[in-house]
Amino acid sequence: MATTAVPAPTRAPRQRPPGSRLKLRNSLIGWTFILPNFIGFAVLTLVPVLILFYLAFTSWNVFGAAEWVGLENFEKLLGDRTFHTALRNTGYYALMHIPLTLAVSLGLAMLLNTKLRGVAFFRTVAFFPYITSIVAIAVVWNMLFSPESGPVNQILMALGIDNPPGWTTSTTWAMPAVALVSTWRDMGYYMLLFLAGLQAIPGELYEAARVDGANKLQRFWNVTIPSLRPTTFFVTVMLTIASFKIFDLILVMTDGGPGTSTLVLSQYIYRKGFEEQQFGYASAVAIVLFAICITVTVVQFLVNKRRNA
Amino acid sequence: MATLTLDRPQATTPRPERDARNRRSLVGKVVLYAVLIAAAAVIMLPFFWMVTSSLKSNNQVFTVPIQWFPDPVVWSNYVDIWSKSDMTTWLKNTLILSVTVTFLQVFTGSFAAYGFSKMRFRGRDVLFLAYIGTIAVPWQAYMIPQFILMSRFGLSNTLWAIIALQAFGAFGVFLMKQYYDSIPEELSEAARIDGLSEYSIWRRIVLPLSGPAVATLTLLTFVNTWNDYLGPLIYLRDRDLWTIQIGLKTFVSQYNAEYALIMTGSVLSVLPIAIIFMLGQRYFVQGIATAGLKG
Repeated sequence: MATTAVPAPTRAPRQRPPGSRLKLRNSLIGWTFILPNFIGFAVLTLVPVLILFYLAFTSWNVFGAAEWVGLENFEKLLGDRTFHTALRNTGYYALMHIPLTLAVSLGLAMLLNTKLRGVAFFRTVAFFPYITSIVAIAVVWNMLFSPESGPVNQILMALGIDNPPGWTTSTTWAMPAVALVSTWRDMGYYMLLFLAGLQAIPGELYEAARVDGANKLQRFWNVTIPSLRPTTFFVTVMLTIASFKIFDLILVMTDGGPGTSTLVLSQYIYRKGFEEQQFGYASAVAIVLFAICITVTVVQFLVNKRRNA
Repeated sequence: MATLTLDRPQATTPRPERDARNRRSLVGKVVLYAVLIAAAAVIMLPFFWMVTSSLKSNNQVFTVPIQWFPDPVVWSNYVDIWSKSDMTTWLKNTLILSVTVTFLQVFTGSFAAYGFSKMRFRGRDVLFLAYIGTIAVPWQAYMIPQFILMSRFGLSNTLWAIIALQAFGAFGVFLMKQYYDSIPEELSEAARIDGLSEYSIWRRIVLPLSGPAVATLTLLTFVNTWNDYLGPLIYLRDRDLWTIQIGLKTFVSQYNAEYALIMTGSVLSVLPIAIIFMLGQRYFVQGIATAGLKG
């Protein structure tokens, strides 16, 4: 592996054009700048990614050595009920989390895109949940969601809902609860991205629309939304990838439960790999996650390119 | 920050309309403030509940109806937590890790960024593509091979594992390169003509000019390392190596009925980050605006 970690510096060409010595020197100096970071990066990221693709085709587990088994792991995945559940749950989570977060963060950005006094304070407030630790957040929300006497259900009951959901103790409501919490946590981050996008829209566009007699809603649909498209595109890609790799929040909030109702892909990788030590099989699941993330990125990129063309 | 506080110049309105507009905008302002305050209250409610619960006695945390303010205020939770948990060890480990990782990430990141941004040599662009490419690869996908490698190196179950894990991220290189690209080429060119070596240009010219980017990277890395739960969960088995996140999680499962104390622990784990955020919030915003939008 050491050979991949330290790629050889570019060799000088045989016939030396004038200045080639300088070029070589430049290359060497350039590499010295990059090396301290690159060694760590290569050994801990690049090489593991390569090993992953090898491991997925082996039967390596705690009992034996890595034996090449071809596509066996992937065939096993096709019939693995728990894997299907994890895949479905992850998709379900993404379906709730992506639109909800897009709507809320865009809404917040529109609200906060003014020059009212104190607006910076509100931006700070909206962003604050994003920098607090998952563990503390999950613990607090679990208590807030407590079905019997938790504040959330008490407020719901005060609002006239007699049978509030059991949240994290209920198989139907556990995933929505997780999606709510993660939306609450992430919205400030995406709001900042939307804000930057909104502020890049030239004021003349709105002026022109107003002269043409467009009302507020029309201006929103015909000026704001189209002008924001690059931002929306970027945010959607980030959100989708983040949704499919949801992990630590689930681990601390529900640990996949009740039953397998919130078991997600990343957690299934963790369980197979670190708890059951089936490294080969877990790597196959990891490849599926990897493939989903790459596909999402590429598809969204292509769609965006076609729309722009 | 500059882009985020910059606002459109307002359209000038003709005179006769002005009065009606002013009145309408005043009402609009009041409504907007009301909406903003309500939204802020909802967003901050969990934190408010966390702090007040940490100041209650245990059986007052879950009451019907909700008791919003602790009465009496129980400060003793903040004394008891130190003896009931290894809070001191956890905080010490987390601090050591956060500081070391931040230093390494800022140093190697800004150093490599100079190579990518200010130097021209063969293989540079391919290499940078490799960095960008792996940003899209979820860590969850390669955490197993990474763990196997780390164990082979004998780093598993040491603090070094977390340092190695966090210190060489592609993100730092990316963020710093983005900033370096905005520093005019003429500066380093002029220094080169004056006979400064590349290393001196980095240390004496480019680095001092990139204060805001360094601050951003420092804060983001520190916060990330402080909040990391998965790394310590996988790598740190010994109790005396635990960080605040892993310690808090274990504390919660161990004393799962000590609601007030759990909230005290949560407050203590969030407090340092909250302070850092308050002091340097503009750098967070800036970092997200630069690294986020170009990505």
